[in-house]
Amino acid sequence: MTLLELESVTASYGPVQVLDGVSLSVPEGGAVGILGANGAGKTTTLRAISGTVRAGGRILFDGSDIRGKRPDQVAALGIAHVPEGRGTFGALTVRENLRVGAYLRRDRKQIESDIDFLLELFPNLEERFKSNASALSGGEQQMLAVGRAFMAKPRLLLLDEASLGLAPSTAKTVYDAIAELRRESGIAMLVVEQNANLAFRLVDSATVLETGRSVLSGTSAELRGMDEIRRAYLGG
Amino acid sequence: MGQFIQLVVDGLSNGSIYAVLALAIVLVNQATGMINFAQGGMAVLSAYVTWRLVEAGLPLIVAILLAVLASFIVGGLLERFLMRRFERGDPDTAVVVTIGLLTLITGVCGWLWTYNNQQFPSLFPLHTVRIFGAAVSVRSIGTFLAIVAIMLVVQALFLGTKLGLALRAVAINPESAAFSGLPVGRLLMAGWGLAAALGAVAGALVAPQLTLTPGMMDTALVYALAAVILGGLSSPVGVVCAAWLIGVLENLAAVYVHFIGYDLKVAVPFILIFVVLIVRPQGLFGRKVVVRV
Ligand SMILES: Nc1ncnc2c1ncn2[C@@H]1O[C@H](COP(=O)(O)OP(=O)(O)O)[C@@H](O)[C@H]1O
Ligand SMILES: [Mg+2]
Repeated sequence: MTLLELESVTASYGPVQVLDGVSLSVPEGGAVGILGANGAGKTTTLRAISGTVRAGGRILFDGSDIRGKRPDQVAALGIAHVPEGRGTFGALTVRENLRVGAYLRRDRKQIESDIDFLLELFPNLEERFKSNASALSGGEQQMLAVGRAFMAKPRLLLLDEASLGLAPSTAKTVYDAIAELRRESGIAMLVVEQNANLAFRLVDSATVLETGRSVLSGTSAELRGMDEIRRAYLGG
Repeated sequence: MGQFIQLVVDGLSNGSIYAVLALAIVLVNQATGMINFAQGGMAVLSAYVTWRLVEAGLPLIVAILLAVLASFIVGGLLERFLMRRFERGDPDTAVVVTIGLLTLITGVCGWLWTYNNQQFPSLFPLHTVRIFGAAVSVRSIGTFLAIVAIMLVVQALFLGTKLGLALRAVAINPESAAFSGLPVGRLLMAGWGLAAALGAVAGALVAPQLTLTPGMMDTALVYALAAVILGGLSSPVGVVCAAWLIGVLENLAAVYVHFIGYDLKVAVPFILIFVVLIVRPQGLFGRKVVVRV
């Protein structure tokens, strides 16, 4: 079953068109990567899905077009966006950040047990539970950002460059933790990443964007096998 | 000794006026990230509305409740149709807009109801009781207690309720808040509405003491801002304590420090601010914000 389907999606900032036909699909419970150079339109693709930029084409979630919905309405449908730069609430504690993530939920008991589950998976956050998010390290903040999204119990998680600004070893730890979260929760993920090696720790397949267009897609194994992918996104 | 206690009591009474305005400023700031300089003006406007309703024959308490309700709505509309245009832009512009709004509201009040002093009825009886040899008006005690109650409500709202958490989250990062499903626009309107409603209560509490004029809150606003800085923007209890401290210290300084006297006592809170900010930049009660990259 396809959960999310983008068909020839376009988007512009003012007069400048930056997406020019992005197509991809994410199966229920699957994890798909969006690879591409800086400025290719990866972030804009996620923003089109979550309703932060206006899009053309079709964006089908669970079979119906969600274009034109406000970000909070998209969130209510079960899509949680972890933005580039993490977007944690700096002046709120770790606990409060997670509570905000669960804003739409009414099942208080289950919220608490989901927090416990998350802290078990991301033990760093447990140690910093009562600290302000702004006091966390970059890797911890990224885990918190993912945790905030997880607390909404989404069906699809949009993850934008979780490795940004992290040391390589930290970035790996973060990706492995998210992969673990994926295995445990079964949440489908659409993962933007410049570093393909990192992305493949988490995703099963990927689409490559070039100047606002999807030019290629395939399973991780297929893409790893292609010379041009290796040269462009895998460091040789 | 009698004089000292009298000064402290009067100081607490003045401080309560600054405190209630400071609370409204904290509320808007926690809910939208802005400092609303028009908060005092909005409180004056609601006080005038209350006064007109009383003149029209309504009981005072009913008039106050109606003004609070009207202020909630007007506050929300102001956010939606005026401030929203400036929220995402330059914060300095937004501040200038609120200062413009203050001037506008003051002008409108003067135009509608003249700049003459109007007698505003008091919620509390006017007689005084003696406490430790000081004459304390029942009105001051009532105002003081009302402010303690409001402070606790605001503190509980922000720290103990889901609505409060949502309001703070929206102020800090509206985009992420929306990604978690928070109705950002409605929450911003609610933040301004609640602060305006609180301002209406403030107006009704202090108008009897200050007598109602369009500029009634001008001085109080300066002190309230001092209290906000001193107490820390994130702490309702902090700003109220700071407001009382300012009220008491300025009274004591006026009498006991000769070169200050009544003419210079307005400088007291600012000297206090300089000293505190040098020692504790986050304010007396504010939480320290540590930023690590
Ligand atoms: N807010 C914006 N306003 C105008 N142009 C933008 C904005 N955000 C991104 N762009 C432009 O859109 C293009 C795609 O950007 P983006 O989606 O952020 O790429 P990526 O995430 O792949 O690095 C870039 O050329 C970028 O300069
Ligand atoms: Mg990007």
